[in-house]
Amino acid sequence: MTKLLPILFSAALVAQPRLPNGKPNFNGIWQAIGPAHYDVERHMARASLMLRDGPHGPLASAPTLRLGAVGSVPGGIGIVEGGKIPYKPDAAAKRDENRKNWIDRDPEVKCYLPGIPRATYMPFPFQIIQNTNSVFMNYEYAGAVRDILFKDPGPAETDSWMGQSVGRWEGDTLVIVTAGFNDQTWFDRSGTHHSNQLKVTERFTLNGANHIRYEATMEDPEVFTAPWKISLPLYRRMEPDARLMDFKCVEFVEELIFGEHRRKPLPRQ
Amino acid sequence: MQRIILSVLTALAACYGQARPDLSGTYDIATLTPLTRPAKFGERLALTAEEARVIERQEAAIVAARNQKSDPNRSAPPVGGDGSQGPAGNVGGYNSFWVDRGTGAFQIDGKFRTSIITNPANGQLPAMTPEAIKRARERAKYNRPNDGVAFWIKEGITPGPYDDPELRPLAERCLLAFGTSSGPPMLPVMYNNLKRIVQTNDTVMILNEMVHDARIIRINGKHEPPEIRRWMGDSIGRWEGATLVVDTTNFNDTPALFGATRDLHVIERFSRIDAKTLRYQFTVEDSNVWTKPWSGEILFPATDQRVFEYACHEGNYSFEGILKGARILEKEVEKK
Repeated sequence: MTKLLPILFSAALVAQPRLPNGKPNFNGIWQAIGPAHYDVERHMARASLMLRDGPHGPLASAPTLRLGAVGSVPGGIGIVEGGKIPYKPDAAAKRDENRKNWIDRDPEVKCYLPGIPRATYMPFPFQIIQNTNSVFMNYEYAGAVRDILFKDPGPAETDSWMGQSVGRWEGDTLVIVTAGFNDQTWFDRSGTHHSNQLKVTERFTLNGANHIRYEATMEDPEVFTAPWKISLPLYRRMEPDARLMDFKCVEFVEELIFGEHRRKPLPRQ
Repeated sequence: MQRIILSVLTALAACYGQARPDLSGTYDIATLTPLTRPAKFGERLALTAEEARVIERQEAAIVAARNQKSDPNRSAPPVGGDGSQGPAGNVGGYNSFWVDRGTGAFQIDGKFRTSIITNPANGQLPAMTPEAIKRARERAKYNRPNDGVAFWIKEGITPGPYDDPELRPLAERCLLAFGTSSGPPMLPVMYNNLKRIVQTNDTVMILNEMVHDARIIRINGKHEPPEIRRWMGDSIGRWEGATLVVDTTNFNDTPALFGATRDLHVIERFSRIDAKTLRYQFTVEDSNVWTKPWSGEILFPATDQRVFEYACHEGNYSFEGILKGARILEKEVEKK
């Protein structure tokens, strides 16, 4: 008993939930807090999601102008270690070009699948469904999903938006290596692109019952000069009735994508 | 004391694995057994072994014929299609590479089935209400093959079937899988019939391969308030012994089930027959559409296949073509 007490006591303090097989239990609904979904890099607040040159500095672009403060970007210390993504010069130029044309190029605007790691820190919850054999992730945004494979099937047979995720346990950390992406997804709303050579290594570690320490390392020799890493906490949604809602945004972007082809189009401006 | 703690832990561990079977797995529900029974079988629920073999042989012959190499010297199909039926859509679309309807009828309790529907006893959908018949007739005006002439302009049908995205079928819009694949009830369709189930103590997740639609069933949950509607409804589950019973309500206005309405109510029962097979039973009620509830059952056979990403919307180039094509056809009629 004397030997057991400290174990029970510390277990109660840390309260790290576990499955019967002893693995950390990630079941639940999780969400990131913060402005990483706008811009993963260190940045000050700026006037708009899309900017143009003004007479005295950058101003909101014409298409985002009317959103006013709602369309502005809150500042962030950044989730990227060192503050900056190490883009090669060409890739950095493409990122800047993407940012200038954000509204036409961001896959999120068109409700396309978000890719990894972006899905993790979008302003939507996601649910982890885990049993002793499986870990499955459901994202509210666009109803995106991924099934973590614990038996590596080898290189992905085809490129995809969410990639092919292979998981393993390193102690109490769930390590997921995802590759086989297409080159269409971004890391945030700031034009941060990658090629289909992207490989993402994520580490999920429970930090008590209600936080996950989330880290991800990105490798893509086509666009980055070196691997780079993000880290941020994920928070358990504590509402007793927390759940994922339907967010089938496909319906919400039909007017944007197809509206001009209606029999009687609505005004587009 | 240690012993007491250990026995409590053992009991807790046993709770996880007790009478409740684990439904987790990947399943391929493709089958040649149709939803409704061919009239010749009447009230007969089971095929003879010989009848089942004939169906399998016929399907194998169809697949073999479709798998013939294309004639490199063939010409384009005639305007409006070659008159052939089926998924090729008249002008050639899907070949056998895409189509996966299964290779045989399914067996339950050792008998091949004539239909998925078990109730009514004749294996047909029950009679529709007069209002539902009227709505179906309205829809039929729309559901006509596009033969290359804007019939809706000629016949003064307004709105025309291609006027707006909202008037097109949910599957064409990539909002839901086509047919009744996403469910509930989840029924086999022409292809992409995989289901991925992951079960935990308080949740059962069922991923539908087509359009990556996942149902998250809350065990012992309460239904959502009536203001909250979902495309696949709100599903709550409970265990009745070794059977998972899932009750689904709170559908959107247009569930993907034969003209069903927001009052659709589906009850599903999942149980394990053996290590590789689930039994899936369902009952459908919607008094706006059918005068009686109807029920059916199929098997969920486990498969080694993996579910690949089904990014429908991201590649939905044809939807723009459908709307633009209709605009061109309208101009052609209006010019005359």
